[in-house]
Amino acid sequence: MNQVWPIFKREFATYFATPLAYVFIVIFLLAMGTFTFYVGRFFDNNIADLSVFFSYHPWLYLFLVPAISMRLWAEERRSGTMELLLTLPVPLWATVVGKFLAAWAFVAVALALTFPIWLTVNFLGSPDNGVIVASYAGSLLMAGAYLAIGACISATTANQVIAFVVTVVVCFLFAVSGSSLVLDFFRAWAPLVLVNTISSFSFLTNFAAITQGVIDARDLIYFLTLIALFLTANVVVVDLKKSG
Amino acid sequence: MIEIEGLTRRFGPYTAVANLSLSVAKGEVLGFLGPNGAGKSTTMKMITGFLAPSAGRVRICGHDVETDERAAQASIGYLPEGAPAYGDMTARQFLTFIAEVRGFRAARAKERVDAAIAKTELEGVLDQPIETLSKGFKRRVGLAQAILHDPPVLIMDEPTDGLDPNQKHAVRTLIRGMAAEKAIIISTHLLEEVGAICTRAVIIDRGRIVADGTPAQLLARSRYHNAATLVVPAALREQAVAKLKNCPTVAAVETADRADGTVEITTFPRNGALPIEDVSALAVRERWDVKELYAEPGRLDEVFRAITTSDATRSRTAAA
Repeated sequence: MNQVWPIFKREFATYFATPLAYVFIVIFLLAMGTFTFYVGRFFDNNIADLSVFFSYHPWLYLFLVPAISMRLWAEERRSGTMELLLTLPVPLWATVVGKFLAAWAFVAVALALTFPIWLTVNFLGSPDNGVIVASYAGSLLMAGAYLAIGACISATTANQVIAFVVTVVVCFLFAVSGSSLVLDFFRAWAPLVLVNTISSFSFLTNFAAITQGVIDARDLIYFLTLIALFLTANVVVVDLKKSG
Repeated sequence: MIEIEGLTRRFGPYTAVANLSLSVAKGEVLGFLGPNGAGKSTTMKMITGFLAPSAGRVRICGHDVETDERAAQASIGYLPEGAPAYGDMTARQFLTFIAEVRGFRAARAKERVDAAIAKTELEGVLDQPIETLSKGFKRRVGLAQAILHDPPVLIMDEPTDGLDPNQKHAVRTLIRGMAAEKAIIISTHLLEEVGAICTRAVIIDRGRIVADGTPAQLLARSRYHNAATLVVPAALREQAVAKLKNCPTVAAVETADRADGTVEITTFPRNGALPIEDVSALAVRERWDVKELYAEPGRLDEVFRAITTSDATRSRTAAA
């Protein structure tokens, strides 16, 4: 664990050493606001809760999170620092976890900066703050799952654009795997168990449950398992590239 | 301290490094030479654990790089080709990061960073982002990173590539200063570097070792080893060549015109003899107007060309 910290610290500082952090945070907040107030008609709903706000998170993350994750490994490969990083006496898992946690912490900072909307809704009415806290936690977990997928894909290439596009596609499939778009493809030939399994992989379904205030351990476990799975895949991908 | 046995690396059907065995002891500075694409960098990447070998093994201070990777890597300082570093960090931030990753904390980390900075003379640029530094400084940041933990083994891929003569001199002085305490491998295609800092030179070609010896031994393989070169006015050419050919220590004579109206006459020794005494005695006796006269230690570039491209080498490596 000792070695995760320096990796985390360097990676996290990198976001703020470049305009990336500021550009990302501004766009993230603008997009959140636009969708909540204009597209979601937050005020017209006349309900003091943040369900509209949270309902756009899976779609905003779909494009914003891959923009964070694409550089995690691809940039190291392109600039040659990969060689430096992997020849330091650090276990590979520590590097993978450190990088992931840094990106996750960065998204957490961006998400935390949406607090004015929470203040607004508390000023206007008396929302169920328990549900809001749970929704924030669920949103962060979901962002972590998107990030873990993106980090793993970033490790397969030295090209950030490829990493971005592939991540968006894969995350999209995960997000909508509960919808007929994906399920129809499997229904034709796959057994029902498989179809149901795929359906339960959906980000949207799992996230929606959390935002409705139904905190089911299965939803949390779902996102945590997904993160663990893709970080493990990340380790495997980096390791395979050593011999491949 | 570095033991390499049967190291092989294949990329698809292409064999980059073929059954390479080598060991380097403390106090040795091994110059790793070879044409571009000979497998120098690939070998270094396997020694440092960045690439997995297709076959063979590497041990660093007794630690196998594949099975005991952390311990092996902790004993190595590595300067990868092109001295990569995180460009958005300042030199101080970068070196502090390396120190922390290598397990130094707080005061110890600062101590190590300061020592590395002093050795590589980076004081003036510590707080500039690395990407804004000149090539020479970037290279020195890479060197500082490699020597920061005072490793017993140093692997450096072209440490002086792209530096100006002053910077090259500084880097070589630094390496020479550490040589007694460490086992060092440097790759280079600057042949002058071998004479300047290496105690041993290994030439590889198509992934195989084609020569291994001290710089003096390599020079001794040169056709020019112990040859004497005499520079006289062009008018004396016929007479001088005729007389020199008759010397008992001279096997062959070659001439080359110079732009200033003189001619360079090189006499090659017969059976390892030293023709320079005969040549100088003859020149005095004949009262030639001698502009220059010198014995050649040998030409490394000629040895290098001879063993890395000749057909004899090609068929020998193909058969092996």
